[in-house]
Amino acid sequence: MPGSRKRRARMVAALGAAVLLAAALVWTSFTASSEAVTPGTLVRTGEDGRSYQLTGKVLPGYEREDDVLVFRVRDRSGTASVAVRYSGAVPDPFREGREIILTVRRQHGDWVGERDSLVTKCPSKFSARDDSP
Amino acid sequence: MLTLGRACLLLALGLAVFGIAASVYGARRERPEWAAAGRRSVYALFGVLTVTMAILELAFARSDFSFRLVASHSSTTTPLFYKLTAMWSSQEGSLLLWAWLLSGWSSLAMLVAERRARALAPWAGAVLLALAGFFLGLVNFLANPIQLLDPAAVDGNGLQPLLRHPAMVIHPPMLYSGYTLATIPFAFAIAGLVTRRVDAGWIRQTRRFMLGSWLALTCGILLGARWSWSELGWGGYWAWDPVENAALVPWLTGTAALHSLMVQERRGTLKAWNVTLALATGILAILGTFLVRSGILQSIHAFGASTLGPPFLAFIVVLIAGSLALVLWRRDALHSPARLDSLLSRETVFVLNNVVLVGLALVILWGTFFPLISELLTGDRASVGPPWFSRYTVPLAIALVLLSGIGPILPWRRANSRSLRRLFAIPLAAAAAAATVGALVAPVSGSPRALALFIAATFVLAAVGQEYWRGARARRASTGRAWPIALGGLVARNRRRYGGYAVHVGIAVLLVGVAASSAFQQVRDVRMKPGDRATVGAYEIRYVRPTADVGREKLSLGAVLDVRRDGHRVTLLRPSRGYYPVADPRAAGTLGRWFEGESTSEVGLRADLRRDVWTVVEPDLQPFRRMIDGIDERFPLAGAEMEPLFLRALAERYMLQPPPAAFRLIVSPLVLWVWVGGVLALLGAVVAIWPAGARRAARERAAAPSAPPPAVLERV
Repeated sequence: MPGSRKRRARMVAALGAAVLLAAALVWTSFTASSEAVTPGTLVRTGEDGRSYQLTGKVLPGYEREDDVLVFRVRDRSGTASVAVRYSGAVPDPFREGREIILTVRRQHGDWVGERDSLVTKCPSKFSARDDSP
Repeated sequence: MLTLGRACLLLALGLAVFGIAASVYGARRERPEWAAAGRRSVYALFGVLTVTMAILELAFARSDFSFRLVASHSSTTTPLFYKLTAMWSSQEGSLLLWAWLLSGWSSLAMLVAERRARALAPWAGAVLLALAGFFLGLVNFLANPIQLLDPAAVDGNGLQPLLRHPAMVIHPPMLYSGYTLATIPFAFAIAGLVTRRVDAGWIRQTRRFMLGSWLALTCGILLGARWSWSELGWGGYWAWDPVENAALVPWLTGTAALHSLMVQERRGTLKAWNVTLALATGILAILGTFLVRSGILQSIHAFGASTLGPPFLAFIVVLIAGSLALVLWRRDALHSPARLDSLLSRETVFVLNNVVLVGLALVILWGTFFPLISELLTGDRASVGPPWFSRYTVPLAIALVLLSGIGPILPWRRANSRSLRRLFAIPLAAAAAAATVGALVAPVSGSPRALALFIAATFVLAAVGQEYWRGARARRASTGRAWPIALGGLVARNRRRYGGYAVHVGIAVLLVGVAASSAFQQVRDVRMKPGDRATVGAYEIRYVRPTADVGREKLSLGAVLDVRRDGHRVTLLRPSRGYYPVADPRAAGTLGRWFEGESTSEVGLRADLRRDVWTVVEPDLQPFRRMIDGIDERFPLAGAEMEPLFLRALAERYMLQPPPAAFRLIVSPLVLWVWVGGVLALLGAVVAIWPAGARRAARERAAAPSAPPPAVLERV
């Protein structure tokens, strides 16, 4: 096969592979993703069986029931809130007023956090304004 | 001091604007005196910003709470070391640090370019000053670190306790050095495009800066991971968070560039690719900074309530559009007539390595920005988690490790079948042996991905070991010296090559650690009282007794854990939880304030080459609630003399009537390999970046095939 045709064949093969991989990337990212929601949206539109990434601020008055942490999360700027039950690692910066991200799913009417999915904002990024509950 | 500081910031902005104008005018009109004035503006900028940094550091050291930044991020009880580093724990201070580091590295780049690449220097200087000007605009008008607090606070809020860790102190300057150093090749690539000098000249000027950026980013990423593992109470070192990814992506493209630049230097090909990679790495460094500042993506590391997003976004759009336009404008100059001779050559492996590295960068970018992409396409903001990232990054990482072993042993241009057999026999035999052992040993045999990575890493170690051995043997034969001296001489004479090989070994070791600790980690969350036992993996862990310590800054409540394996004591671990008080006792009570502030985990860690045993504790303070509330009620403002007494009473009660505590117990294999591999890679990079002697450097320049004549570079 002449050099130019060989190069073209290689280019077509490489581009084909790239397109296939890109399609897989797009497909899997849509099928494996969790919708990010605020507490207000979760209360209004949350469905059973789906997982959501809940973001908001921790309200005062969270408590532990054995290994389960029970707390309410409210909208970043708003009053709507939702109660969640969570067991797993609790990051050190977790406390009232802190912004958290948690993957939740509804089980028997309660919003339950996925084990070890609770993350709290990095401590270098707190400010007096952010901390207010 | 405050006025002087603000004046310095304004002067710095003025210098940047003047420098840009002078550099561009000097370059366009061929007026060397204006080009020199532009260059001197860079040096002056560094000087002025150094004075600004000194003023702010002095304010932190003296606890001058008339500076708003000092009051919000330091206190009289903060140790001096942390006072001096508290500046970059804030948005405003970290932006100033960015601008200062950029001006410092730019000055160094201009010093080098003044002697070696005067034609490129004015344009590169103008680009660097434009970047500095943007950051100085932010610190002057949107996030000023030098603001008056009137009246001055009596004491400050103090530095966030979790940030009081040596790794956290060095982590931001390292990351920012990595980002700012990545802008030097970016600036010289722009200069090369503007002046049509896209041969190897701009590469020679910036290669060390690119390597410096890689070194600093590696160091910064590793320090952040180490801090996360040993200080944060979640038991991991990487979470695929957008801001973490933002540091990894320029690291990946920078790594790709370091390899492909070699191909252009050697073979004169990949001009367009290299310019694009340098531009992309520079822009991705700014993008990384933007992600932290803007709050555009939900990230644990992003600053909240920031107003910096829109200007950053506009700036990045300008950078991308300008870079694309320049590349298209100069596409004829970027055409490389030379082609790859054979698929079995080092340059082909470098190209494949670039494909994998850029592929990794694209996957991570896609996953990071997926919330925005999904919102744009579907109206719903969705995000992907760690399993999605692992699905793509693990196979690509295995391919990358394998290529990092193949590259060093293949010759440039082409290899024949005889030399292939000779070069690959030992590494392939080692990989086969690793495959056999791995397939027989549980639990490795049950994890195909981990096994594949171990095999690839063994191949790399054997391939690189063979290269060192062959080189040292040849040197020993020619000099008659002993093996260690021959090996030392070999590395000293070819620092770039053998330093690079050490980096390959370091990364392979690091990824073995990542694979093992991810695939075979065992975690248990238990609630125990003294005397209780729990097992995790092959270890039995017994809660022996509680511990308590009353300090000036924090109250520590913890536990002593007896860790045993097969009945034999391995170690005693002392995890604890530190409670830091809120500043105002009126807000939460004399004793209550100690439990309303920050609390941090002190990890009980036993690390060796085989595995880490990692423990944290969270005491259940509910049984002490009545005691705390009672003291707060009776002694609402007890004062500094009484407070330690109450704390000691509480500590004593904790020791005598220890409550149950929640423990997280982790046994994670080969975590130490992550840090050892990282340090090895850093050492290799230091060897590679170390300047060669002047005579050898001149010889290398003369030997480079695509080197332009010196007269071209010297002409203004």
